[in-house]
Amino acid sequence: MKQKETARVLSQREIAADIYDMRIETSMAAEAKPGQFLGIYPKDKSMLLPRPISICETGPEENGACSETDGAGRKRCGGNNVLRIVYRVAGEGTREFSGYREGDSLGLLGPLGNGFPLEAGRGKRVFLIGGGIGIPPLLELAKRLETAAACKQAVLGYRNDDLFLKEEFERYASVYVAAEDGSAGVKGNVMDAIGHYKLEADVIFACGPMPMLRAVKKYARERRIPAYISLEEHMACGVGACLGCVVKTKDKDPHSYVNNARICTDGPVFPAESVEI
Amino acid sequence: MNTEVTIAGVTLKNPVMTASGTFGSGMEYSEFVDLNQLGAVVTKGVANVPWPGNPTPRVAEVYGGMLNAIGLQNPGIDVFLERDIPFLKQYDTKIIVNICGKTVEDYIEVVERLGEESAVAMLEINVSCPNVKEGAIAFGQNADALFSITREIKRHAKQPVIMKLSPNVTDITEMAKAAEGAGADALSLINTITGMKIDIHRRKFAIANKTGGMSGPAIKPVAVRMVYQVAQAVKIPIIGMGGIACGEDAVEFMLAGASAVSVGAMNFVNPYATLEVAEGIRRYMEQYHVENVTDLIGAVS
Repeated sequence: MKQKETARVLSQREIAADIYDMRIETSMAAEAKPGQFLGIYPKDKSMLLPRPISICETGPEENGACSETDGAGRKRCGGNNVLRIVYRVAGEGTREFSGYREGDSLGLLGPLGNGFPLEAGRGKRVFLIGGGIGIPPLLELAKRLETAAACKQAVLGYRNDDLFLKEEFERYASVYVAAEDGSAGVKGNVMDAIGHYKLEADVIFACGPMPMLRAVKKYARERRIPAYISLEEHMACGVGACLGCVVKTKDKDPHSYVNNARICTDGPVFPAESVEI
Repeated sequence: MNTEVTIAGVTLKNPVMTASGTFGSGMEYSEFVDLNQLGAVVTKGVANVPWPGNPTPRVAEVYGGMLNAIGLQNPGIDVFLERDIPFLKQYDTKIIVNICGKTVEDYIEVVERLGEESAVAMLEINVSCPNVKEGAIAFGQNADALFSITREIKRHAKQPVIMKLSPNVTDITEMAKAAEGAGADALSLINTITGMKIDIHRRKFAIANKTGGMSGPAIKPVAVRMVYQVAQAVKIPIIGMGGIACGEDAVEFMLAGASAVSVGAMNFVNPYATLEVAEGIRRYMEQYHVENVTDLIGAVS
């Protein structure tokens, strides 16, 4: 169930230029699914709206940077009550979040949205295609997909050789890297990496910038395989009431029947063929 | 302590309602809010046929507020009657349906369809949306046009009619008087204030529609002023709104002359805002030994 909650920061560190990794202690962690997101409220009252931030991991195994320990001497940055977000500083709101330290409170709304359909990847060869700050929400998905590790192929596109989260993906998937500036992996984008390594899959899960998602949709259509893509848009309420964050859909949407689905509640994950992007 | 207020013969258990367009038809927020605790739910605007709304981006944040240009996306009256009204009927709250249209005939069609629906307590007529090109605000920025559409709607309406006024006019009291003169049963104000935001890095408008309606705490002083001015100019009840976030804000609108209040953009900031506003009003009444909430209406001096 969606709720608004005051949660607590367990740790935070900058893992690449302007990209932050925050662990949060929250009751939402138990039910949150890969592909869902949180609305995080800035404390500065001049900024009203919750910032939609994707969930990177629930119950992270890695301990992170916090110092707190439980009775048994284990660090408290992992576990069932912990959510992890990895986000880019994109404006004043996320700038504020990046200054939070261990023990600080933060206002959360969530878990929001539908998440990736895990069953679509069961026993299949999958691509997890992430571009830039679209990479983090695929990590929990890589963990939870019920298919052989050898069938999980993470194709990650970066700007440069600042390869955040790459090593963590390697625990669950084969990782193929593309970097725009050619400083790591294949020079170019994720589609270049797929071509270069001659990769193949039965189903795609993707999150990233719109040009990448369009290329993914085209690729999936040509090969007649399903693709599930996670979209973003400026949001206000985050719960489906304001109709601010819509995407054009091929068929009538389930709310207004006008081919404009709400990304926050009908998505953010959509079958690629169902949306006009 | 008595928190009941009566508007055009309709008694609300408390003066707190939802501002149209910020609460859907209550379904989305019913996960957070017990709708039975609200004086009324005012629905998102509904037209005679489905409206697709505007291109995205439709929303942007501004200092202490937000801009929106949703463009009144709605499924039309058929779906609304089949889905939204039965949902709201489950709750012990008053249903106020907000109606939008491009022509007088569009409005009348919806008014007549709703006339058959006894669960609908009142109609709120949106003649003030700044984000659609035809209809809507064209009726709300000209006193003669507002007079004629109000009179026409009153002729067909079975329920009391609330005219929702735009702040984007030279003198809002002229509009209020025109609506009252044509037989409106109540007024609600203010709708959003037309604004603009430009992304200087991309040199693009922040909203696809270029302009958007501003709402949120930053507009509250403008709204309080307009409620006060209108209260001095007309005798029909006023539903006040514009940036209400807490009980104190609601009391301020009531002291300025509002008989009831609506919570709008602050639902997005705090999904529990409506309940907290209602509770805040009760706390104020306790603190100042106010027996009837109606004693607050227009009590500023």
